Amino acid sequence: MDNSLTPKSNDAGLVAAAKANTPIESQEASSFFKQLLGFWVTFVTQFKKANTVQYPEGKVPTEERFHGRHQLNRYEDGLEKCIGCELCAWACPADAILVEGADNTEEERFSPGERYGKVYQINYLRCIFCGLCIEACPTRALTMTNEYELADSSRAKLIFEKEDLLAPLRQGMLQPPHAMETGKTHIDYYLGNVKGAGQ
Amino acid sequence: MNTLELLGKDPGWLTAVKGLIVFVICVLATLVSIVMERKIVSWMQMRIGPNRTGPGGSLQSLADGVKLALKEDIIPAAADRIVFVIAPVISVTACFMSFAVVPMTGVVNLFGHKTLLQLTDIPVGVLYILAVASFGVYGIVLAGWSSGSTYPLLGGLRSSAQVISYEVAMGLSLVAVFIYSGSMSTNAIIAAQHNWWFGVTLFPSFVIYAISMVGETNRAPFDLAEAEGELVGGFHTEYSSLKFALFFLAEYVNIIGVSALASTLFLGGYHALPGLGFTENWLGGWFTLIWFLAKVSFFFYIFVWLRGTLPRMRYDQFMKFGWKVLIPVSLVWIMIVSTLRLMSNNGASRVVVSSFAVGVVLVILTVMQFMESSKKKREIEDQLGDVLTPSFPVPELPTKKTDALNG
Repeated sequence: MDNSLTPKSNDAGLVAAAKANTPIESQEASSFFKQLLGFWVTFVTQFKKANTVQYPEGKVPTEERFHGRHQLNRYEDGLEKCIGCELCAWACPADAILVEGADNTEEERFSPGERYGKVYQINYLRCIFCGLCIEACPTRALTMTNEYELADSSRAKLIFEKEDLLAPLRQGMLQPPHAMETGKTHIDYYLGNVKGAGQ
Repeated sequence: MNTLELLGKDPGWLTAVKGLIVFVICVLATLVSIVMERKIVSWMQMRIGPNRTGPGGSLQSLADGVKLALKEDIIPAAADRIVFVIAPVISVTACFMSFAVVPMTGVVNLFGHKTLLQLTDIPVGVLYILAVASFGVYGIVLAGWSSGSTYPLLGGLRSSAQVISYEVAMGLSLVAVFIYSGSMSTNAIIAAQHNWWFGVTLFPSFVIYAISMVGETNRAPFDLAEAEGELVGGFHTEYSSLKFALFFLAEYVNIIGVSALASTLFLGGYHALPGLGFTENWLGGWFTLIWFLAKVSFFFYIFVWLRGTLPRMRYDQFMKFGWKVLIPVSLVWIMIVSTLRLMSNNGASRVVVSSFAVGVVLVILTVMQFMESSKKKREIEDQLGDVLTPSFPVPELPTKKTDALNG
């Protein structure tokens, strides 16, 4: 079985590391005139372009996998992926997540299967953005966005509720509660066999 | 008419006006130089620097000054209240006083009077500057002592030791200038640089002065008195609000002061660069002020450049450098200069003078060779020195001596 997680080759990294780790030939201080070259470095740098990002006016996109604000994802038809299992809360080293699960009923269904997350809070005063909650989530309900502007004026505002974290409804999604697609089980949802409404 | 007489004819009100002008120039120069320093240092670090207050951040230090003035003024319970309040005043007074004898322009027309933009000229002007500059140390020492706290005390002590050590080298570097100009009056020294700047003819003195003026003003890389990593803020740790602002002002006026002195003594003062002498008559002589400010700015740039390039020295390295390098070198240099001066005064022939110069060079080379070989010998002895092997496991010893890098 091809395990795609194993790197194909790690030679390149090791070779580069070995090259970077070349032994220092001399531990003596450089000659006085060689040390004076430092003045040239600072002088020339003055005329180089600054690295500064003028933040509120100008923004630079984050790296793709930047750990930002969390998001609770939905299936294609709008049902929530969260099953209220609390694994994220258990994984959290900073104790920033509070989850209370509840049972789905046939009249009021928020997620496929038995349970859904009724209360979902993330306290961003505690969160350290380590991403262990994302690793713990069994349904990929919890992921992280690239949004990093999370400052606010009060402590209460920094406890994000479920409605703050839920992904927006996209094309073909219906606001839960609503029933599962006819003839499909929660396993079909899990395997990705459910397309959005009207597709 | 010489400048002493010219200045002596100033009426009292004109002296007062000049005093005001000097004060305003110093304060404005401080405001400008703080912004420029922050700007230049940030360019050297590929940053932009202050750019929020005023066009291009130019009003930043003004805003900082207002902010400082409006802050709460705290006097610690353990402080000696009277001395604590007086210390910053001493500091700031001393550095303003040194400007009294610095000529900023040539002969100009000021409110209908023919005069110089110089408060007064005294025959021992440069000595007066040195005296006043060392008086400023009292401000720092007393601030450190009266704070009633450990770090400020250490900072104050360091600062006094530092200024005393570098004042010696500074004074010695000026001796050569006095010998060649035959005067200690700032105007006479400028006049003596009519043909060649002392910065060229007395280059070693110039270098020694330039180094010791950095040590004297407690600036990077010699800013040991306020080494944040070791002493929090040094002598001004306990100061806040306007009193802190006074220290800030004193530091920058001091920098401008030593820069002004350096331009006066070594770069021809308010005179134009060689070949541009015709500009000195522009604007009725006021253009010389621009030359003066340009030279001062040049030195200020050097200060900032040093700060942007060099890390802070260790205290013992700093002291070693002052006492074991700067002072001996300037002593030897003064010997050479005074011998040459005496020879030319007594009309010695060119052969004698040049053979003396060659002899000096030979002696210096021999001494350097000797020092080099004895250093190598010492290194070899260090390597061969027997090492006691302890009974417990220890990490491998380095084979080369590494702890004598710069000291």
